[in-house]
Amino acid sequence: MMEKTTPLYETHKKYGGKIVPFAGYLLPVQYPSGVIAEHLAVRNACGIFDVSHMGEITCTGPDALKRLNHILTNDFTGMYDGQARYSMMCYDDGGCVDDLIVYKVRDEHYFIVVNAANKDKDFAWMKEHEAGDAVFTDLSDSVAQISVQGPKAEAVLSRLLPPEGFPEKYYSALFDQSIHGMRCVVSKTGYTGAGGYELYLAASDAPAMWELLMAAGKEDGLIPCGLGARDTLRLEAGMPLYGHEMDETVTPLETGLGFCVKMTKESFIGKKALETKEITRTRVGLRVTGRGIVREHMPVYLGDTQVGMTTSGTHCPYLGYPAAMALVSLEAAAIGTKLTADVRGRRVEMEVVRLPFYSKTKRK
Amino acid sequence: MNCPENVRYSKSHEWVKMEGGTAVIGLTDFAQGELGDLVFVNLPEAGDTVVAGEAFGDVESVKAVSDVFSPVTGTVSEINEELLDHPELINDAPYEAWLIKVEEITDEEELLDAQEYAAHCESEKA
Repeated sequence: MMEKTTPLYETHKKYGGKIVPFAGYLLPVQYPSGVIAEHLAVRNACGIFDVSHMGEITCTGPDALKRLNHILTNDFTGMYDGQARYSMMCYDDGGCVDDLIVYKVRDEHYFIVVNAANKDKDFAWMKEHEAGDAVFTDLSDSVAQISVQGPKAEAVLSRLLPPEGFPEKYYSALFDQSIHGMRCVVSKTGYTGAGGYELYLAASDAPAMWELLMAAGKEDGLIPCGLGARDTLRLEAGMPLYGHEMDETVTPLETGLGFCVKMTKESFIGKKALETKEITRTRVGLRVTGRGIVREHMPVYLGDTQVGMTTSGTHCPYLGYPAAMALVSLEAAAIGTKLTADVRGRRVEMEVVRLPFYSKTKRK
Repeated sequence: MNCPENVRYSKSHEWVKMEGGTAVIGLTDFAQGELGDLVFVNLPEAGDTVVAGEAFGDVESVKAVSDVFSPVTGTVSEINEELLDHPELINDAPYEAWLIKVEEITDEEELLDAQEYAAHCESEKA
């Protein structure tokens, strides 16, 4: 398969990024500073990520809100302009097509961000369920996304953006902003648990924007970060990833994402299945207490009985210990339950802990 | 990439240094560079038997796990316990952070000198 490149491919090579194929794109897994240094930079200062591989789709027209409320599990009624809302898109059987973020740009105009690996499938699903006066449009190839994350992210951006260019609330965005003449969307979102901003902009402007941000962030220790740190940061923050914590065989209710499923809505795709399907498993956070690193797809045991499988797992660089997430049967899910994982034939001890492992307000 | 002349190399990226009848075994600079930040090392115990060409332990970076193969057959006489708590020492100084020492050696696999090993790494990168 021929991988695509993002508009920042040459920039990554210039900064020494180690390029790997991911979700159909050639992207840096890390830069010369390495995954741990990149992870810690985001926790303690700031890091910059190219997330241009993500898909961007708009839903426009008088029936746009109605369509979204039918196709997606969350309720998008009553949002203010610029507000963002996380949601699941489900199949009729309650399994997940994808998880995504919907921004309300204004009435009759919504901006949707989806996973790169699922973009074509998502767009096809949306087109298949178009109805009334609402149209889905795939903008992915013309939109780049750069994420600046960490406690210094605001300070870095404030060198390029006036105070009124910053969205006030977490999970909101200001559309039609401008940095050095480059139009962009400034969104107070992220996938690191560190706080920060995501910028959506024209693909052709991405290299220049990256360099501006790098220069603006120099004094605060901004460094480029790759997919490796993106994954360890989201895991440490207990954030689910499609293909790991949920997929077409896992419902949002099983994976602990019931907050984005609004059963009070009259109808939406998957509602019937989600109402009737008995929940027998749930997602847990596991702190590894034994020796070893528990990764994804490892069997999880309560005593001698297998109770589930891990969905993600790695060493958490900021917390300094390995952690994993798993889907386990309900009797194994209580906080404090001692479990083991089969790590290539060796049993490694773990304990069920509250998610997230890390949050800005909960120190290690 | 650093390939000192005073050790020999396996194609699976371990280095061996003979000290009398004892083989000191570690991971090469190329290996640690490819693996990235190491965060876990699993080693055998003194007294265990290792076999040339077979895995005797594993090392894990943030992203991946990788087996470590023994270039020789023999008995483990000592392991570098410091690595169990500080696997990053392998990243810092791969030719000082040895993994195990092996005695009573009865066999060894085909090993490369520094030049041959450097060429081998180039071919793997390509």
